[in-house]
Amino acid sequence: MVILRLAWRNLLGAGTRTWLNVIVLSFAFVAIIGAQGLLEGMNRQATRAVIDAQYGGGQYWHEAYDPFNPLSLADAHAPLPEGLRSMIEAGNATPLLIVQGSIYPAGRMRPVLLKGIHPGQTILNIPSKFLNEAAAGALPIIIGNRMARGTGLKVGDYVTVQWRDNDGTFDAKDAIVVQVMKTTVPTIDNGQVWLSIDQLQDMTELTQEATLVVLARTARKTPVVAGWIFRDTEYLLRDIKVLVQSKTVGSAIVYVILLFLAMIAIFDTQVLSIFRRKKEIGMLMALGLTRYKVMWLFTIEGALHSVLAAVFGAIYGIPLLGYVARAGWTLPGNADNYGFAIGEKLFPMYGAGLIILTTAIVLVITTIVSFLPARRIAQLKPHDALRGRLA
Amino acid sequence: MRNFEEKENLIETKNLVKTYPMGEGVLHALDDINITFKSGEFAGFVGPSGSGKTTLLNIIGSLDVPTRGSAVVMGEKVETLSHVRAAHLRNQHVGFIFQTFNLFPVYTVFENVEFPLLLLGISVSERREMVTDALHWVGLADRANSNPSQLSGGQSQRVAIARAMVKRPALLLADEPTANLDAENSHNILRTMERLNRELGTTFIFATHDQKVIRYLRRIITLVDGKVASDEARNG
Repeated sequence: MVILRLAWRNLLGAGTRTWLNVIVLSFAFVAIIGAQGLLEGMNRQATRAVIDAQYGGGQYWHEAYDPFNPLSLADAHAPLPEGLRSMIEAGNATPLLIVQGSIYPAGRMRPVLLKGIHPGQTILNIPSKFLNEAAAGALPIIIGNRMARGTGLKVGDYVTVQWRDNDGTFDAKDAIVVQVMKTTVPTIDNGQVWLSIDQLQDMTELTQEATLVVLARTARKTPVVAGWIFRDTEYLLRDIKVLVQSKTVGSAIVYVILLFLAMIAIFDTQVLSIFRRKKEIGMLMALGLTRYKVMWLFTIEGALHSVLAAVFGAIYGIPLLGYVARAGWTLPGNADNYGFAIGEKLFPMYGAGLIILTTAIVLVITTIVSFLPARRIAQLKPHDALRGRLA
Repeated sequence: MRNFEEKENLIETKNLVKTYPMGEGVLHALDDINITFKSGEFAGFVGPSGSGKTTLLNIIGSLDVPTRGSAVVMGEKVETLSHVRAAHLRNQHVGFIFQTFNLFPVYTVFENVEFPLLLLGISVSERREMVTDALHWVGLADRANSNPSQLSGGQSQRVAIARAMVKRPALLLADEPTANLDAENSHNILRTMERLNRELGTTFIFATHDQKVIRYLRRIITLVDGKVASDEARNG
């Protein structure tokens, strides 16, 4: 306790030297917590968005369905079994039929996935109700904002849709864009055309068939259904987790550089401090402190930089990060390239775990960095120190 | 704090030798030193620079160890002390005063004097009382809240004396305590030390070649080339 008290006094007594280190270290603190908070916010936002718009409370996949293999779609459909039909009728699930097709905006062919969905469904955050709009012979379709940008289509535009029916026969029809949905989820947008499942079933002669069934988020029971495989959200979100992890690793490099700079400053301070205070070290020993206690005194002095940095960082970091958490972080225009379902603004999330973990890591690293030069004191003889020698 | 028999010699050295490697040979800093001190002495090692005064003082203060021979300080053999026991001995029984004062710059005068008591685990109220007493002894009670940088050399050395004396050690070792002081301050400090020696019974041992100090000593041990050339007592 005495050592801690002395260390605290020495640290504060060092004045400008201490505060410069504290400022540098506090930048590292705030930057790490800020960036981690952004990543956490990105993760949560993306997860929430894809659950709302795509995954729901989990999905039953036709056993032949492979989202990474479009060729599997030709076989990945079947009439809905009784177990799934009853869930759909109870409003706890909605079926999707996915068929390969093409559209011809401005006369150019674009391969797309035709996705049939019930216009009245409320399980997915997709404006499917617009598919009910009467369109005078044309097929009402919805596309996402990215798709609209890429094809130049807008609400009211006509476009030819082509597909193959169950027998492999090509067919085509004019479709009208009844809605361009603004979505943050690229995987329900790019290269996808949404239309009524009933119409798609008629067009492809796949009556009462579906490729997958999306459960409501409130669904608790997931019975085993023959020919269908249940995929929970943990499974469905694994790609997002991998993406977030890869971005976390990328940003960790920045943290390492920030911390490295701060630690160099502290290491340098410690080395200089021990060099400049040799006589003081000798006097401490003459007064009865053992070498190890003096070594710990200097180590704690160094480590306390991180405590001061945490407090100082909190003084400006809490208002700053709090403001960003409320106002959001406006993303650059090319944010779609991130591969995430994130909106125009990112809202960081700062959990207690993140703050405690970051503080603990910085404290441990600062202690180690402070200890390394202080080890030399353990070899120091009192009479050498009193003469100002580091023997 | 004193836990050894008062009848015993406070310090006893036998055939004490201290050598330092120097090139391919060795330098004999101390050569066959045999001396004893009893409690309450006001003595000093005198001699020219390099005669071994400071080395001997350091060994007595358990800041250094002899190469050969023995130094028993308050019943403890310095040559066999672990650094922890040596630190304990210094903490409990020995006070030091150095030429350069060695005050802690970030502490106030009060805190500097209080420091040894903190290490001894003495309670706050007791500490306050002891520090106030010590500052009164050296006439600096009114500078308790000053920083060392605000003090003159004489005042700084008086603070160093207060810090060394505050725990009322059995032994106070002073290495050239007046070297950085003018004549008036030197006499003031020496008079203070003499008074403390008389009033508290503390043994004072100096290492000095300053005639002003030598005039006050009641026992003068002259060292020449690491050997005791003379050991004479004077009437105080």
